[in-house]
Amino acid sequence: MAKKVALMQGNEACAHGAMYAGCTFFGGYPITPSTEVAEVLSNELPKVGGKFIQMEDEIAAMASVLGASLTGAKVLTATSGPGVSLKQELIGYACIAEIPCVIINVMRGGPSTGMPTGPGQSDVQQAKWGTHGDHATIALVPASVQEIFTETVRAFNLAEKYRMPVQVLYDEIVGHMRERIEFPEAGELEVINRTLPSVPPEQYKPYDTSFGDVPPLAAFGSGYRFHVTGLNKAQDGFPTTKAEYVDAEERRQVRKVEGEVARVQIESNEEYLTEDAEVLVFAYGSTSRSARYAVNELRKEGIKAGLFRPITLWPFPEKRISALGKQVKAIIVPEMNLGQMNLEVERVVKGSCPVISIGRVDGEPLNPGQIIAQVKEVK
Amino acid sequence: MAYDYEKSLRPGKLPHIWCPGCGHGIVMKGLLRAMDTCGLEKNNTALVSGIGCASRLPGYVDMCTLHTAHGRAAAFATGVKMARPEMNVIVMGGDGDGTAIGGNHFIHACRRNIDMTYVIMNNFIYGMTGGQFSPCTPTGDKASTTPYGNPDPTFDISKLAIGAGATFVARTTAFHATQIDKLIAEGIKHKGMAIIEVLDDCPTTYGRRNKFRSVVDMMKRLKDMAVPVTAAGKMTAEQLEGKILTGVLYKEDKPEYCEQYAKVIARAQGVK
Ligand SMILES: Cc1ncc(C[n+]2csc(CCOP(=O)(O)OP(=O)(O)O)c2C)c(N)n1
Ligand code: SF4
Ligand SMILES: [Mg+2]
Repeated sequence: MAKKVALMQGNEACAHGAMYAGCTFFGGYPITPSTEVAEVLSNELPKVGGKFIQMEDEIAAMASVLGASLTGAKVLTATSGPGVSLKQELIGYACIAEIPCVIINVMRGGPSTGMPTGPGQSDVQQAKWGTHGDHATIALVPASVQEIFTETVRAFNLAEKYRMPVQVLYDEIVGHMRERIEFPEAGELEVINRTLPSVPPEQYKPYDTSFGDVPPLAAFGSGYRFHVTGLNKAQDGFPTTKAEYVDAEERRQVRKVEGEVARVQIESNEEYLTEDAEVLVFAYGSTSRSARYAVNELRKEGIKAGLFRPITLWPFPEKRISALGKQVKAIIVPEMNLGQMNLEVERVVKGSCPVISIGRVDGEPLNPGQIIAQVKEVK
Repeated sequence: MAYDYEKSLRPGKLPHIWCPGCGHGIVMKGLLRAMDTCGLEKNNTALVSGIGCASRLPGYVDMCTLHTAHGRAAAFATGVKMARPEMNVIVMGGDGDGTAIGGNHFIHACRRNIDMTYVIMNNFIYGMTGGQFSPCTPTGDKASTTPYGNPDPTFDISKLAIGAGATFVARTTAFHATQIDKLIAEGIKHKGMAIIEVLDDCPTTYGRRNKFRSVVDMMKRLKDMAVPVTAAGKMTAEQLEGKILTGVLYKEDKPEYCEQYAKVIARAQGVK
């Protein structure tokens, strides 16, 4: 049977990806350029008995999804930079209390209201460091309408598997662009649900590490009674200030994502003509589309350019970028901000090659010409 | 025989963090008796709070308990209730938590008329952080950040709740301990948003700065300021000066939010 295809906007694909992943609860607050995600879900969720709620602000939207997730729902919220700034308080809560949830950030410029209808990639460091305290971050950066669908599904899988918030960041260009999308059949993409406790209620501890670095999570109302708090807590979920408990829990919550094994499972990258590359372009989101075009043009002229495109931005692909840094003469980092991921690339290559930022923050997309010119300069 | 509170408390979690003479413990006992009266099932009841001395209450109670962030309890609770409408949802918290940082969530939860019971423990102060003034600190009073007297006007929480659309609003004080459980129980039975404001005391940070030498003085203050709403009709404006009405202040039957959303689901699924 032929696959179902459609011409669809990135934001619509995101909403359909969420439905595919089994999302049953959306809490949001309208903001350009993300609003279509909410609009589509207000239509789709009740059809399957799911819940859509428009809250009084983004903080409340984030709170509502966390409350719903604790009852066992698979939850989503969608917003843009100013809304993510508000959500940061409770993104931290989701990190420490380990509550699965997916946050869509359709990026525009900033700070503050910035340019609501212009594209930007200005939240990529906010995604990592926006909330206070040490914590692990998973952030995905799809670059096409099709990929927004599949990465939204993957975001739900990772949120459920690692019991934490997962952010999907894409810029306004991919969010509002219309492209052909092929809908995966039911069962074609993997759909993961959180691990429920295997012990009876009286033995259940919400942060029990005897099951590994990601403890099973029971649902409120399912016969398990437990305590959830944003305070540092012991494995039984109750607050503690005992140094050894606090330290062990903090380290576990970072390790569950940044540990060797987890990293391999979470990281996802595309490499294009990197094998023999002498100049590497590191680009993500819509900027990676300009970068691919630039690489093709440069290759036609005999210049050995290659593209590294992270699809998982956080945790950062440290190993591979470090290796490529030793292989190439320079790494060019085009982004619609003033060099946010450039900093991270620099940190990881540790001076083994020059790292050059191309930043654009005028509300226009970064074009291939800018990248071609920069590569030629270093050649 | 003494009332058995322990059956509703988590073993090993006492002593609580509250100071001697703090009113929050009296409210907790009222809550436990009310849960008993209403026959609430522990597994099917979520107790949600924000941050503050008052908000530490859920940690002691043997239910599904959620100690959220400062001011956010009503918004978390809305998610719990929407996702699992069959659960009983009770919010507990302080005056600062509910009407300052959480004021927006408070009024919108009232407006939606979602079926939950919100017990707000108004001790007129930010207790936990050492006694800074809250939106409920009486004008002129001393707080750690109003050394020359509080210049701010105050919120009347119950009036705020009625104005925002809550369909059951009641008020009492920690002195009137036996009324606390009755009003909470009525709130739990009410279908829709029930606000129960309990005026209580913080001897440590409020009493000490405002010439209440002892907890007894603070209790006397609560006793003196309360006038049952049923008695107020016969009193002159002069007699009512500085008094606070107690009892059931407002009750109305209005469509409840989760029921309204169930209709949305039915319409989306094509049910006529
Ligand atoms: C975002 C944030 N801001 C400030 C605080 C500090 N803080 C903790 S409790 C509190 C006041 C609590 O007052 P209230 O809700 O009246 O409770 P009480 O302690 O009086 O029972 C404040 C300001 C915080 N925890 N989080
Ligand atoms: S500081 Fe005040 S509110 Fe907090 S426990 Fe002590 S008496 Fe109660
Ligand atoms: Mg207070």
